[in-house]
Amino acid sequence: MSIRERLSGNEATALGMKQINPDVVAAFPITPSTEIPQYFSTFVSNGSVDTEFVAVESEHSAMSACIGAEAAGARAMTATSSNGLALMWEMVNIASSLRLPIVMALVNRAISGPLNIHCDHSDAMGVRDAGWIMLFSENNQEAYDNLIMAHRIAEHKEVLLPLMVCQDGFITSHSIENIELIEDDKVKAFVGKYEPKDYLLNKKNPLSIGPLDLQAYLFEHKAAEADAMRNAKKVILEVADDFEKLTGRKYSFFEEYKLEDAEVAIICMNSTAGTAKATVDELRDKGVKVGLLKLRVFRPFPAEEIANAIAHLKAVAILDRADSLNAVGGVLFQDITSALYVNNKNVKAVNYIYGIGGRDTKMDDLEKVYNDLLEIKDSENKVENPYRYLGLRKED
Amino acid sequence: MEINPNTPYNKITIGGNICEAGNAKNFKTGDWRSVAPKWIEENCKQCGLCFPVCPEDAIPVTKEQKRTDYDYDACKGCGICAKVCPFKAIEMKEE
Amino acid sequence: MNNLIEIRWHGRGGQGTKTASLLLAEVAFSTGKYVQGFPEYGPERMGAPLTAYNRISDTPITIHSNIYEPDYVIVVDDTLLDSIDVTEGLKKDGAIIINTTKNKEEITKKIPNYNNIYTIDAKTISIETLGKYFPNTPMLAAVVKVSGIMEEEEFLKNMRQSFNHKFAKKPEVIDGNMKALELALQKIHKL
Repeated sequence: MSIRERLSGNEATALGMKQINPDVVAAFPITPSTEIPQYFSTFVSNGSVDTEFVAVESEHSAMSACIGAEAAGARAMTATSSNGLALMWEMVNIASSLRLPIVMALVNRAISGPLNIHCDHSDAMGVRDAGWIMLFSENNQEAYDNLIMAHRIAEHKEVLLPLMVCQDGFITSHSIENIELIEDDKVKAFVGKYEPKDYLLNKKNPLSIGPLDLQAYLFEHKAAEADAMRNAKKVILEVADDFEKLTGRKYSFFEEYKLEDAEVAIICMNSTAGTAKATVDELRDKGVKVGLLKLRVFRPFPAEEIANAIAHLKAVAILDRADSLNAVGGVLFQDITSALYVNNKNVKAVNYIYGIGGRDTKMDDLEKVYNDLLEIKDSENKVENPYRYLGLRKED
Repeated sequence: MEINPNTPYNKITIGGNICEAGNAKNFKTGDWRSVAPKWIEENCKQCGLCFPVCPEDAIPVTKEQKRTDYDYDACKGCGICAKVCPFKAIEMKEE
Repeated sequence: MNNLIEIRWHGRGGQGTKTASLLLAEVAFSTGKYVQGFPEYGPERMGAPLTAYNRISDTPITIHSNIYEPDYVIVVDDTLLDSIDVTEGLKKDGAIIINTTKNKEEITKKIPNYNNIYTIDAKTISIETLGKYFPNTPMLAAVVKVSGIMEEEEFLKNMRQSFNHKFAKKPEVIDGNMKALELALQKIHKL
């Protein structure tokens, strides 16, 4: 029997970390993820975890401490947001290149500037090619479930890559909602013990990590890292299968919501997908065939699977909660249109940059996107102005 | 495990990890040298100050704790040994 | 989602409006409902106007936006009536609950275009029962009464359990809080 609770996304994440009981947590507070180390440090003080909590002086140090701990043979976790992740950036890349399966809770917030504390995905997009597995979460339940699955994926011997679990700052991190928790002992058994093959504190097999890696080697090491990211796809599905056996909750690369018989659909990540589900339901009640693809696994990017899942659509809108400022649309849009092209699928695609700096995304906004799609679907021409904004004030 | 510039990418250790200790001896760091220490045996009192400070273990020591002449395959010519010698028994000379 | 109830709270920083919305979520949760409770965060300043929200439903809630057409609006501080359009988007068949000592004439002057107005003097109730001004507890009872999201008896039973847990270390305040709820259930009235 699972435990029926009501928790905020941050509470759920901290509680998940408590159940995982990692060896080391090193973190520095930053809104809106601050509550995670705050709650967790209470667990440390109360003795309900065995974790060594390192209160560091910056996020760069937080990631450095996690790297040291993980390399030594410990299971290390951290949490951050926005500029905290930006300050970590150097070490974020080192963590993945050293193949250390650190797990991070990233509570998405706009990268400065100008200064903003609210949700968008510009922090996550800044590390999209840093060699981390990136899972996105619609609500507190998914943030918790993704965290429980995280170590099994990251620590798998064919993967050995760090992993971050993303959720929307304030929108889910600070919203109290219903949640089904898993019992402590079941989480413990599911996550298992961390048994690294090579680690610094293993005196039987001395090890040097992070050596100078020049022209003769870096290319090969990066290719091996890329292989690990490809391997992660299989492992993510295997772990999801086991998780479903434990909880009954099904996870894959993405969730298809009323997509099968849809003519047009939205693709997006995190909390907006929930609002989109409600919008789909409303439009379906009026007989309009709309659907949703909610991406959960952003890295590794399931390109072929997405292309196949949306191949039957007449038009698709791809929503990016971060502007790439490159004159050709957001990251998700580029990844998905590339996936369509490479897999020889031709679906009309349009990009919307939305929700920047916490701009609220309402059902009305999403309904407008579906209405735009219905127009695009019936047009003979190529998509006019494929790089659009949703919810931006502009002159008519 | 032997790893060299011909090893395929899927056969090398992850992240460039070096999974064995003491492999510095595989590298002839003597190539790096521009000045070389010269041991002047008649001045040497066998005080034992020079060999512990050598970063490359390039001063061989006998069982009786007596130093012998340099291993020039390993010596980088850093000059630390010459600096610590109180008896002018080590001189740095251009090669 | 026909059974979805959406509530918007207006208060000022430091009055416990956010806590009240979270308490309401907890109470509804304890009766088996699906709930959301979330404040609209900004630079947090004592005395600055703030908004908090609740969604309560018999089925899972997936919407993650603010609430623009609430069923109920709760105003914890009546000075906000002068600066904010508190009835904005409020459904015609919904209701607004105001913590105030003002009479019908004064209130209808401030809210001329809305009929279902309820008022409660949470200050007097709070000071009478708790000795201090904590508007949360009476306002919570007022919302439950007006919205009918649960039976009064069930509400009181759940709240006593919640207080027993929350105030385990200072049980002397439990009776005062229960009294505040009961009094609020009696005193809330329609204008």
